Amino acid sequence: MADINKLDQMAMPRRPFSVLTQTGFTEMAAICFVLLYAPLVPLVVYSFNAGVSLAFWEGFSFRWYVAAWNNEMVMDVTIRSIYLAITAATIATCLATMAALGTTRTKPYRGLTSIYAMINQPLMVPEIVTAVALLILFASIKAATDYHGMAYLIIAHTAFCIPFAYLPIRARLEGMDLTLETAAADLYATRWLTFRRVTLPLVWPGILAGLMLAFVISLDDVVITQLVKSAGQNTLPTYMLGQLRRSITPEVNAISSVLLAVSVAMVTIIFFLNRKTKQRQTVQ
Amino acid sequence: MVNTAANSAELSLGTTLQGGASAEQTARKQEVRRSILLSTPALIVLFCAASGPLLIMAVYSFLSAGPYGGIVWKFSSDGWASVVMQRDIFDDTLSIADAHVTILWRSVRLSLLTTFTCFVFGFPTAYFIATRRPERRNLWLFLITIPFWTNLLIRTFAIMELIRNQGVVNTFLTSFGFVEEPIQMLFTDFAVMVGMTYVYLPLMVLPIYASMERLDFRLVEAGYDLYATRFKVLKRIIVPLAKPGIIAGSILVFIPALGAFVTPRILGGGKHMMLGNLIGLQFGQGRNWPLGAALSLTLLVLVMIALLYYVRSAGKSGGSHG
Repeated sequence: MADINKLDQMAMPRRPFSVLTQTGFTEMAAICFVLLYAPLVPLVVYSFNAGVSLAFWEGFSFRWYVAAWNNEMVMDVTIRSIYLAITAATIATCLATMAALGTTRTKPYRGLTSIYAMINQPLMVPEIVTAVALLILFASIKAATDYHGMAYLIIAHTAFCIPFAYLPIRARLEGMDLTLETAAADLYATRWLTFRRVTLPLVWPGILAGLMLAFVISLDDVVITQLVKSAGQNTLPTYMLGQLRRSITPEVNAISSVLLAVSVAMVTIIFFLNRKTKQRQTVQ
Repeated sequence: MVNTAANSAELSLGTTLQGGASAEQTARKQEVRRSILLSTPALIVLFCAASGPLLIMAVYSFLSAGPYGGIVWKFSSDGWASVVMQRDIFDDTLSIADAHVTILWRSVRLSLLTTFTCFVFGFPTAYFIATRRPERRNLWLFLITIPFWTNLLIRTFAIMELIRNQGVVNTFLTSFGFVEEPIQMLFTDFAVMVGMTYVYLPLMVLPIYASMERLDFRLVEAGYDLYATRFKVLKRIIVPLAKPGIIAGSILVFIPALGAFVTPRILGGGKHMMLGNLIGLQFGQGRNWPLGAALSLTLLVLVMIALLYYVRSAGKSGGSHG
């Protein structure tokens, strides 16, 4: 792939013509990048507005951050969101790690495709369809058992987090060198010891990336949570969805900005984790 | 490569004991059993909270609606019939349900439009990234993926604040006297389309980039050497070679757009619903669960058609490129 640029340079002396440019493409790309980020700018800027308006600037203040922090409702739903995301992401990552270990180190057999299909199902079925199906199932369980706790949300979130955790772990396992494990076995390490001392440290970045992805996905979910939750089980996103119907104050902006910062931080960490992985793999 | 340490140990043990093909078979059997055993816990959860409920929903779509939501255990095809038909409350005749057909048509139309606008913006962007220096590409890609991983609700909310009547755009336009009255942009089909384009754009860029990254630019240069214009090179060389990515990107945008719930709800309001909102409504104020189930399955079938189309065309183009 490096030869693209060489070609470009080779073309230069003969004629001032780059084979890589297409008329207007760079401009379109620039517009595209600007459009992706521009709408987020006013969102963040007005979260620091001293006034109530979302369109007139009345000076800088942390007023709305303080308001959100002191809002008991916001605190309550935030804690629920984090609890749910941590629980679901942890369970999903454990299950996904096992599934990834099971599905990567084997020759294809009948049924393996079905396992893949099942693991990836939450990515293909529209969220609203899964949400409605879960609502139907859980409504009858709720009626039968009279249990209205968090377990419904946890299992629902775990299920749709599994593919997001599974993909990076699988990618990591597929790029892994198996000779180390064979060496461990040659030195009479037990299966468990090999797993704990050789496999696990090597897969760890993948597991961490999977865990964080699952956490972000669970934290962001609106549709499934909205339909599955019982009364009084609002999470941060469903609470915000409810707020959007009323008159909006910059408090919503403040909450959004914090959530935005968390997601960006997580994704940045994952990016650097992956980059390290790739670098190490190319060195090997 | 495939044998794990444990398996190769078993394999050698097996060979000394039994020898030949049967030992290999036992090892193979164990390998498969281990694979299935490790996957089982994940599959159980997925069956309970993803695949299984879909089957129950299929059953529900053939039952009668309960008076206050829920169902009555009595067979009825009303749920499916009301997807596109409505029963007159006075004389029980069936006619086409205009409201539902409008929503179905709007969903398909807006999803196609969204796919198209995503392509218009996404294709040049993917090309731009693919023609950067290799070590810079990851950074550009990262810039595309950041919005993708940030909360969909927040991104939709950002669009809403921009285009509200008292929003940034309208305030700007009115205060500088471009328009007298704020332009009504929120709660229109246009708003839904803009929002979905914004939200799903990264899904178009990434697969197109993936197929362009492998594009052999010597072919592009050969085209220019043969006096092709830039447009001709684009049309006859770049687009055909990037086609698998274009198709994948279109499917990745079209499917979530068709089932969108949050974006049309916030930007379209109650009057510009899409299929996802109509489904949600049946489980809220609508209180018609069988209809909701039937609509969900309709949506699922539409998605499956799109996926099948993708698998078929991916198979075709995969064959020609090797």
